[in-house]
Amino acid sequence: MPSNEWLLITVGAILVNNVVLSRILGICPFLGVSKKLETALGMSGAVTFVLTISSFVTALLYKLLLSAEITICGTTVNLSFTKFLVFIVVIASLVQIIEILLRKFSPSLYRALGIYLPLITTNCAVLGAAELNAGANNGLGRGILESTVFGFATGLGFGLALLLFACLRERLELSMIPRPFRGTAIALVTAGILAMAFMGFGLLVK
Amino acid sequence: MSTTFLAAVCVVGIIGLILGCLIAFTAKKFDVEADPKVEKVRELLPGANCGGCGFAGCADLADAIVNRGINPSRCTAISAEALKDLSAFLGVAAEEKEKMTAVVFCGGSLSRAARKAQYNGIMDCRSANVAGGGGKACAYGCIGYGCCARACPFGAIEMRDGLAVVHPEVCRGCGKCVTVCPRNLIRLVPASVKIHVYCSSADKPAARRKVCSAACISCGKCIRADGQGRVEKQENGTVRINCENPPDISLAETAGCPTGALQTEEAHRAIRPISPKETQK
Repeated sequence: MPSNEWLLITVGAILVNNVVLSRILGICPFLGVSKKLETALGMSGAVTFVLTISSFVTALLYKLLLSAEITICGTTVNLSFTKFLVFIVVIASLVQIIEILLRKFSPSLYRALGIYLPLITTNCAVLGAAELNAGANNGLGRGILESTVFGFATGLGFGLALLLFACLRERLELSMIPRPFRGTAIALVTAGILAMAFMGFGLLVK
Repeated sequence: MSTTFLAAVCVVGIIGLILGCLIAFTAKKFDVEADPKVEKVRELLPGANCGGCGFAGCADLADAIVNRGINPSRCTAISAEALKDLSAFLGVAAEEKEKMTAVVFCGGSLSRAARKAQYNGIMDCRSANVAGGGGKACAYGCIGYGCCARACPFGAIEMRDGLAVVHPEVCRGCGKCVTVCPRNLIRLVPASVKIHVYCSSADKPAARRKVCSAACISCGKCIRADGQGRVEKQENGTVRINCENPPDISLAETAGCPTGALQTEEAHRAIRPISPKETQK
């Protein structure tokens, strides 16, 4: 694979097709934990961590099992239509297992990420990355290493959007905002403007 | 066709079964034992996470109570009944301690304090204190933008006529407001003391009078009327009630304070704007 392909995957996932601001995935934590920069940092760390691992595992499953033609009793079966079902179950259990292991082996990391991990169980950005990996190359799916890199870059993109948004919201907290717009209303307006700003990155890649 | 369905059901079912077994295995193998006692103590604590005890929230204090032998009365926000329950559960005697309440030592409400400027900045006392001290002329008094009221986890502080007043029946004495006030006007005092001199100005008495009609002018009337050292003049010129040996609340009337800085807690709490008519008198 040529080196500019890797660059394309990374830059594409972080800036051009930012998971939050272009694909509109993972909005729940984007609005929920962006009130403080500190919690936003913890959340983006946890999401990047889970995205990388789950992208690897789901790509592995998809490549080896779901997209492969399996022959049972003379009939060839393609199970790629069950990918959503399998991905949800795999991601949810993966997060559970990671949480248990972190708690046991790295209490400090568990303290930093622990409270965010259960939230990620149902984070659609994680499922979205798995699905995007599976759907790439006309349904053949990306390679396992490429998928892992894509997952990591998607996590970074999520982190970038979340941190930018958290900084904005911290400033908004002290600004004079008309009463009806305070809180979630102005946050949604800001998110919209931020998404428009990210449209500018669309010209980076043809 | 039916083979496809059958295969799908089997594959998803098997994956689910494997994952379920994996979770069960890791949960069993790498279990971290949580002390059920800590959990119970945490439930008995108020759960406000006010930080008044000096620990990082109620869960941290619960851990400290169970594992490090900290007395449950360390919690400043707990009610007497809940404390009784908690000590009964732990089998330790709760240390006797006096209920503390926050008091804002300032009587300079908007209609009593002179104004020096129109403040249009961020409506927070701490920001206003940095930017010239807000709208009121007194450099020692309540700025009146309510950062203490927002900091209070129990909603015990009310902004009345641009002055923070504490409702002692709601206040649990956690001290969050004390740390947040940029003018250091709020202190924790025993809740049984119901009379105070509500002024903290360290200006010269004449200068205080100039900027606030409710300022203590250090005339000494209350000190003389009491005559037993229960009201004391402090080094910086402000007058304070001796909280260890407080005078009766009737002193508020008998002392005849010329500015009304000496007043009962109830009167301070019920502060209201002075109407223009009253000022003309």
